[in-house]
Amino acid sequence: MRLNVTVNGEAKQADDVWEGESLLYVLRERLGLPGSKNACEQGECGSCTVYLDDVPACSCLVAAGQAEGREVRTVEGLADGERLDPVQQSFVDAGAVQCGFCTPGLVVAAHDLLNRVPDPSDEEIREALAGNLCRCTGYEKILDAVRMASTR
Amino acid sequence: MDFLRPQNLAEALALKAERPDAVPIAGGTDVMVELNFDHRRPAALLDLNRVGELAGWSASDAGVRLGACVPYTRVIAELGDRLPGLAMAARTVGSPQIRNRGTVGGNLGAASPAGDTHPVLLVTGARIEAASTRGTRLIPADEFYVGVKRNALADDELITAVHLPASEGAQQFSKVGTRNAMVIAVCSFALAIENYQVRAAIGSAAPTPRRVPEAEEFLAGELPWGSPLPDSLKRRFGELVAAAARPIDDVRGTAAYRKHALSVLARRTLGWAWQDILGRDSACA
Repeated sequence: MRLNVTVNGEAKQADDVWEGESLLYVLRERLGLPGSKNACEQGECGSCTVYLDDVPACSCLVAAGQAEGREVRTVEGLADGERLDPVQQSFVDAGAVQCGFCTPGLVVAAHDLLNRVPDPSDEEIREALAGNLCRCTGYEKILDAVRMASTR
Repeated sequence: MDFLRPQNLAEALALKAERPDAVPIAGGTDVMVELNFDHRRPAALLDLNRVGELAGWSASDAGVRLGACVPYTRVIAELGDRLPGLAMAARTVGSPQIRNRGTVGGNLGAASPAGDTHPVLLVTGARIEAASTRGTRLIPADEFYVGVKRNALADDELITAVHLPASEGAQQFSKVGTRNAMVIAVCSFALAIENYQVRAAIGSAAPTPRRVPEAEEFLAGELPWGSPLPDSLKRRFGELVAAAARPIDDVRGTAAYRKHALSVLARRTLGWAWQDILGRDSACA
C-alpha cells in the first residue's frame, strides 16, 4: 500500500508498505526516523513509544495499515529546531542517559506525563514510566530528570 | 495478507461475513506481537480502529454498555465509579502505553486464560454482545470462554460491546506477578458480593477463566452480615478457591504456587470487600 501519515507535523508518504508491518518499522526503515528504538517488538520495553493522535503508544504494536491518515509525533518532533524540549534538556542535565537506547521512549513518556500532570508526585512519575525499561541507570537519574523538567 | 479497513459497523460486519478468516485488530497489543514474531500470518486483518460504534460507552439504570474498542485508560478514567471491579483489573494491565491501546473487546477476542478482565466479567454477570450480519446476541460471560484461547464467537461474528449490570455491591480484583507493570498474571482472582450473593472467579489457573461455585456457595452461606469476618472463614474460603483451580506448571509459575497464591488472593480480597461492606453499613447507621 501507499501509506499516508502525518509525522511531526509533516505529511509523509511511503510506498510498498506491507499493512501488517509495524508503525515503528515504517518510521525507522521507510521514513528515516531512527529516534524511536526497536528492542522487544512486543510492547514490553517502551523504547518505541510515540504519540499516535496525541496518545502515547508502542509503535511496534500499531500496524502500518492502522496508521493511515493519522498523526504521529516521535521523539524527533519534540525539540523546537535546535532548542531541546525541557524534558530532553533535563535528561541531559540530570545525566539520565547511559547507553541511551531507552531514552527516546522515556522522553516521550515523560513528556506526556508532564502535559497531563505538570507537577507529578514520585508515585505518578514511576507509574507513568512503568512501561519503559532501562537496563543501565537504575532509574534514579531518570526520576531526577523528570522532577527537574517539571520545574522548567 | 489483506488489510480490511471498515469505516462503520455495518461495513465491518459485512466484511467479517465475507471473510470469516479475517483477524480483528483494535489496539494490536496481542495481534501485533504475533505478527512481529511470525507466529501468525492471517489471510486478512480487519482493522476496527475506525469503527466509531465500537469506541464509546453508555450508561442506563440497568448498567453500562461498554463498546468493544474503548481502551483501558478510558475504562479507568471514566468508569471507575460505575465499574469498580473492571477498573481495578484495567489498572493492572500492561503499562500506560498498553492501556492506551488495549481494549476489553481485545481481551475477550484473545480469550487467554490469563486475560486480566475475565474474572471480573465473570463475577459481575457481564454479557458479551456479539454481532454479525445475521443479527446480534448477548452471550453470558459464563458461557463465553470455551477453551484455551477459544471463545464462543462464530466465525462471522464480531465482539461489539460488553454489557455490565449496575451494581451497588462490593467488587475486588487482585493478581499475582513479578512486578506491578507489564505482568501477565501468574494467577488472578475476582470477587463480587451483593444482595447476600457471592460470585468469585479465577484467572490463569485453569484452561479457561472460571467461576468457583463451591467456594461461592460456602461463603454465601457463612458470611456474618454486620460483623467482622472470622479468620477461619477467610482461610476456608481460600482453600475452596484453591481446590477449584486446575493450574499447570509453566514459565510464570508452578501449579502448586498458583494454588497457594490463589488461596491468599481469595482471603485478602474477601477481607477488602468485607471492610467495604461494613464501612457502608456504619455510614448508613
